[in-house]
Amino acid sequence: MADQAKFADLAMEHMSSLYSGALRMTRNPADAEDLVQETYLKAYRGFGGFEEGTNLKAWLYRILTNTYINTYRAKQRRPDETDLGEVEDLYLYRRLGGLEAARVGRSAEDELMDLFTEAEVKDAVEELPENFRMAVLLADVEGFSYKEIAEIMDIPIGTVMSRLHRGRKQLEKLLYDFAVSHRLAEPVSDAAT
Amino acid sequence: MDAPTDSLPLKPQCEDALHELYHLLSGEIDDAKRAQIAEHLDECAPCAEPYDFYAELRRCMQQRCQDLAPPELLARIEAAINHEPHT
Repeated sequence: MADQAKFADLAMEHMSSLYSGALRMTRNPADAEDLVQETYLKAYRGFGGFEEGTNLKAWLYRILTNTYINTYRAKQRRPDETDLGEVEDLYLYRRLGGLEAARVGRSAEDELMDLFTEAEVKDAVEELPENFRMAVLLADVEGFSYKEIAEIMDIPIGTVMSRLHRGRKQLEKLLYDFAVSHRLAEPVSDAAT
Repeated sequence: MDAPTDSLPLKPQCEDALHELYHLLSGEIDDAKRAQIAEHLDECAPCAEPYDFYAELRRCMQQRCQDLAPPELLARIEAAINHEPHT
């Protein structure tokens, strides 16, 4: 059983991570701040239930996710979230990997950082349908294991994997669309000629 | 430059390696399988390239999605916690 006196020492270091996650969920700084504050208060009150030695960040994220779903999601009016349909494997790589490197004579990996601005990556993540967004955020940005994500989102691990599968593909498509629309890349049919 | 996936499927090992790409980058592959894929990537550039690409995409996302919490939020939270009755 965890001691409340230790709470601040242990928990506050995760604040920026939780705030970043809250921003991706709420897409609004004021709501994100409120969500993080509420998460910490609930966590403090319930800290006796935290099992020491387990992953505190995952425990905090579980509270954050539940609070978001129960409180903030209900009051937010969201635009229709469109499913982008089937996206093939290696979608982004096929369009950007070899072509970009060949064009500028640098490795494809170096290009990615230059290719996508912070705003574009954030926009692409935030554009994902919510269930996909949360799974991708937890796995690929926060680095949680599939098992931890299943516990955070309270869904079976198979559901985590299918949401990740679809969410990652949709993210690749959104990133590519952003790159094309900002004329940082040309559509693959033009570039291949 | 080759467009590796245009010529897929190459070999069963290639299909296998590419199928596990995201799972391996997520650390969700057991050691034996990981070693098997690493061995394949050492000798198969068309598979190694997308691995490098998606590893970098992951780093790119992690770097680009970091927001610093505003300092006043920490103060707000600490004040709120200090108002809580100790149990």
